[in-house]
Order: sequence, then C-alpha cells, then structure tokens
Amino acid sequence: MGANLIANYGEAVAMVLFVIGFMNLLLQKNLIKKIIGLNIMDSAVYLFLAEKGYINGRTVPIVVNGIQDVETYINPIPSGLVLTGIVVSVSVSALMLSLTIRLYKRYQTLDLDEISIRLRKEGL
Amino acid sequence: MDFVQNFPFFSIILSMFSGIISSVLPKRAAKWVNTVMIILVGIFSFILLFYMIGRGNSYTYMMGHFPAPWGNEIRVGVLEAGMALFFCIIMILSLFGGRKKLDEELEESKHSLYYILADLMLSSLLALVYTNDLFTAYVFVEINTIAACGLIMIRRNGRTIEAAVRYMIMSLLGSGMLLMGICMLYDLTGHLLMSNIHEQVSALAVSGEYHVPLLVTIALMSVGLAIKSALFPFHAWLPDAYGYSTVSSAAILSSLVSKGYIFLLIKIIYRVIGIDVFDGSRIIDMLFAFGLMGMIFGSLSAIKENDVRRMIAYSSVAQIGYIYMGIGMGTQAGMEASVFHILTHAATKSLLFIAAIGLTDVSGGSRKFIDLTGAAYRNRWAGVAFAVGSLSMVGVPLFSGFISKLLFAQAAVQNHVKMLPALIVLGISTVLNAIYFMKTVIRIYTPVEGTGSGEGVTFKNMKIYVVTLVCFIILNVFLGVSSQPVVNLIGQGLAMFS
Repeated sequence: MGANLIANYGEAVAMVLFVIGFMNLLLQKNLIKKIIGLNIMDSAVYLFLAEKGYINGRTVPIVVNGIQDVETYINPIPSGLVLTGIVVSVSVSALMLSLTIRLYKRYQTLDLDEISIRLRKEGL
Repeated sequence: MDFVQNFPFFSIILSMFSGIISSVLPKRAAKWVNTVMIILVGIFSFILLFYMIGRGNSYTYMMGHFPAPWGNEIRVGVLEAGMALFFCIIMILSLFGGRKKLDEELEESKHSLYYILADLMLSSLLALVYTNDLFTAYVFVEINTIAACGLIMIRRNGRTIEAAVRYMIMSLLGSGMLLMGICMLYDLTGHLLMSNIHEQVSALAVSGEYHVPLLVTIALMSVGLAIKSALFPFHAWLPDAYGYSTVSSAAILSSLVSKGYIFLLIKIIYRVIGIDVFDGSRIIDMLFAFGLMGMIFGSLSAIKENDVRRMIAYSSVAQIGYIYMGIGMGTQAGMEASVFHILTHAATKSLLFIAAIGLTDVSGGSRKFIDLTGAAYRNRWAGVAFAVGSLSMVGVPLFSGFISKLLFAQAAVQNHVKMLPALIVLGISTVLNAIYFMKTVIRIYTPVEGTGSGEGVTFKNMKIYVVTLVCFIILNVFLGVSSQPVVNLIGQGLAMFS
C-alpha cells in the first residue's frame, strides 16, 4: 500500500487536488472562489491523465532521425485528451465568469446565498 | 453499406451546422432553418428506425478513416434511432408551443441566438444518443450543459441568472466527476470506445483484479450523471431553472436535457460496464434508494409549492426518481420501464409546461394558485391539455403515465428483495401526485363569478398553440393506448445494446 502510494505520488496528488477543487466548487459562497475551485478540479484531472500517460524514459511522439520504434515514444492520446479537456474547461470558465459579472452588476455582491435571499425579498 | 447508415452522422452534422449558419442569419431565417432542420432530422431518424427494425441488429459507423480501437465511432440500434426521433418530435412541439411567448419575452436581438442554442442542444443530444466513444460523450455533455445554460438565462431577469449559475455549478460538479470516471476507466482498460472497454471490464471482473478502482469508477460516473440529471438530493437548481426561464426552454430542459444524461447512463451501464458487473456493485442499490427518496420528497415539495410552474418543476424531481428506481431494480423489465418512463415524462411534462403558460396568461400573468381559479374556462384548450397532462402524470388508464406505472409495478414484482419498498413507494407517490395535480385541476375548473367563457382567447388567435397542444395530447394517448409495440421496440433496442 505505502510503496504503491510513493510510486504513484503524482496520481495521489492529482486526487487530493481533485477533492480540494470539488469541495471548493461545492461549498464556497463566493462565486470567484467557486470558479477557482472548478479550475483546480479540472487541472487535477489533466494532471492525472498526463501523469498516467507518461512512461519513464520515452519521449514525445514526434518522429525524428527516422526512429519508428514503438518503444521510443509515449502514447499521444492522453495528451490529446488533456488538450481537448483544457478547451472545454476554458469555455466553461469563461461562461461562469460572464455570468458572475452579470450577477455582480445587478446585485453588487458575489455571495450566492445573499443573492438568493434578496431575490426572495423581491418576490420576483 | 446502405445509404441509410449515414443518417446518424448527417443528423448530427446538419443540426450543428445549422447552428453555425444561424449565427449570421436574421431572426426569421434562423427560425426557419431551425424548424426545417428539426423536421429533416426527424424524417432521417424515422427512416432509420424502420431500417433498423427491418435489419434486426445494430451496426457501428466509422468516423474518419481509422478502424476500431483507434478511431471514433457512431453506433446505431433501434433504441438510438427511436430516441432521436422522439427527441425531435418533443423539441419541435416545445418550440412551437412557446413561440408566441418567446416573441414577447425575448429582446429582439436575442431571437436568432435562441435558435442557435436550440440547434446546438439538439446536435449534442443526438451525439449523446449515437456516440460509441466515451470521451466524445464527455465533450458533448459539456456542449449540452452550455446550451442548456444559455436557454435558461436568455430571458433576462435576476432569477434566471441566479438559476443559471446554480445550474452551472451543479452541472460542473457532475461533469467533473464524469470526466474523472472516464479517465480512470481509460487507465484501467486502455480504451475509449465503449465496446472495447466492455471487453476489458468483463475480463477484469472475471479475474477480480482492480476491484476497488473499478467500483470507484462506476460510482463516479453514475453519481456524476445523476447530479446532472437532477436526481433527488441534487435538485436544488431545478425549480428556479424550470420555473423562471421562458416556456420553451422549460419544456426542452425538463423533457430532453435530463433525459439525454439518463440515456447516456443507461448506455454506460449496458455497453461500458456491463449489466452484470453493474448489478454486482452496490452502486445500483444507491441509485434505487435515491430514486425512491426522490419520488416522495419531490412530490412533497410540489404539494407545498404555491406557484404552478415551480410545482410542475418539483414534479419532475419525482418523475426522475421513478426513472432511477427502474434503473436501480437491475432487471431487464425495470430498465424497459425506465426507458418507457423517459418517453412518458418527456411527452407529459412539456405538455404541462406549455398548458400552464396558457393558463397563467389568461390570469393576468400570475402563477399563484389563487389567481388561477377558473382559468380553464378562460382558456379552454389549455385547460383540457393541463387536465390530460395531470391525469397522465397521476397514472389514469388511457394515458401514458398509467402504462409506465404498470410497467414499474410489473418489474418490481420480479425482484424479490426490492419488491416491497418499490411497490409501497410507488403507491405513496401516486397518491401524492394525485393530491397536487388534482388540486390544480380542480382549482382551474372552479368557476368564478363574472368571467365570461373564453373571452379574447379563441382558436383563431392562437392556432399554432392549440395545434401543438392537440399534438401533445395525441402523443400522450398514443403512448398510453398502443404501448405494447413501443415496449417491444424498447426491449429489442436494449437487447441490441449487449
């Protein structure tokens, strides 16, 4: 158990970060902190993928000097997934930030609970 | 290869590109592109459905020029084609039913944006239905989330923005868990295509290797999708999102968006994890338990509600609970009942939302129950439609809701351990449903002094609205009366999954 944990410390760190991000997104009241939590959570997933996709002693899958041996290169798919995931999380963060700006302009606060209370008072 | 086999790909690309083209088109053109596109996709899916019934087995369609373990794939069976057809029908009816309201509530510049979002929504739903690749599914889940968020917040007031933020937060938690689950599954098996993962997972289950990681993966994916489809404890965003957005959005969100995620979950259960492995894990009992709780607590919240649209929204929580209860039973019959209830709920809930808007419009725009008294006399069509929807949700014979309750009860009897709780909760939930729906129906049919019948609301000035309602009612009665062929098709489709 302990030996496994040390050998896979990258994945373990990724998991810890994932939980930190998740809890921030879930429990923080401040919207900006929530978005930071979202980004930590997503980055943790990419760290996990990158860590899993890397094999010690191999290089990026770009053929140089005509070496076509499979043993020389790592699998490019995990890196490709990370790139796709980054695109998705950037667009989602942008959407969240724009929503936050709208809410702030309307209510002058970033606290989601306070906004809810005010909405209830407005009786809209 | 038959030409018909290209249709799923055409449908996805067509809906996506009409979204892209609409961004430079004026409002009227965007509306027409949207309508024509949905009808075309519907016709494609209809032809495909008949082709698949004749063919009798599923096929995979290679995207690009890379064969199976490397490339991306589309997979089509009877159930996929049927779902695509059904989604198109519900989508076009919801858009038609809410069109007048849409014109009133949206700023002039936002109209073409609305149709872009609807196009993207349909394309992501179709991709979720057809895809055979888990990571593609994740990407389209996110597209679906963004489009849904846009549909909620396009009507500008404080409530919708707040609802959109809450919806986004819950959705992002769900998709984060889904993504983590997919990545871990990719690590365990080395594949992203569903069929390849399934082989590896079966091998892992036989050898008993990586038991705990596999369990964690199943849990992450199930819980992620459950959060996204608003299963009971995660439903806090739902009443605001459905209650205050424009009516077409509410109908589309309640009847299609959450169903897309549930359909993906069913696909994952059958085609990725395998029904045996999923049955063997404890996760299935968890889904069952939360489904039962949702059935009761959703209905209780609906009874307490004093706002008709929020009441319908809370009723969705209960109905989603039904679907998860069926999935949680872990039998073929339970799964069939769940898929049938997806159809029932989609057809009924969009009908209710659209009928409710007709009733509130003739009551001075108020959604409080006290103001709705006698509304059915002021708008007879909406009154009849609301009554039909309510009867269907309660489970009166002749309407679709009865058949799904019957199927759930039959499925429950087959599972000896879960029979008792399932039947008891089914009974309680039906009574609770009856309380709040019948309360509303009685309220809208209580005559009040001094109102003439149908003043100002005639067939002439709301033709499209009435035709939509009639179509919805026909769909409901069709599902209720000729349910056996539909159930057979669902069974055939589920058999094709494995």
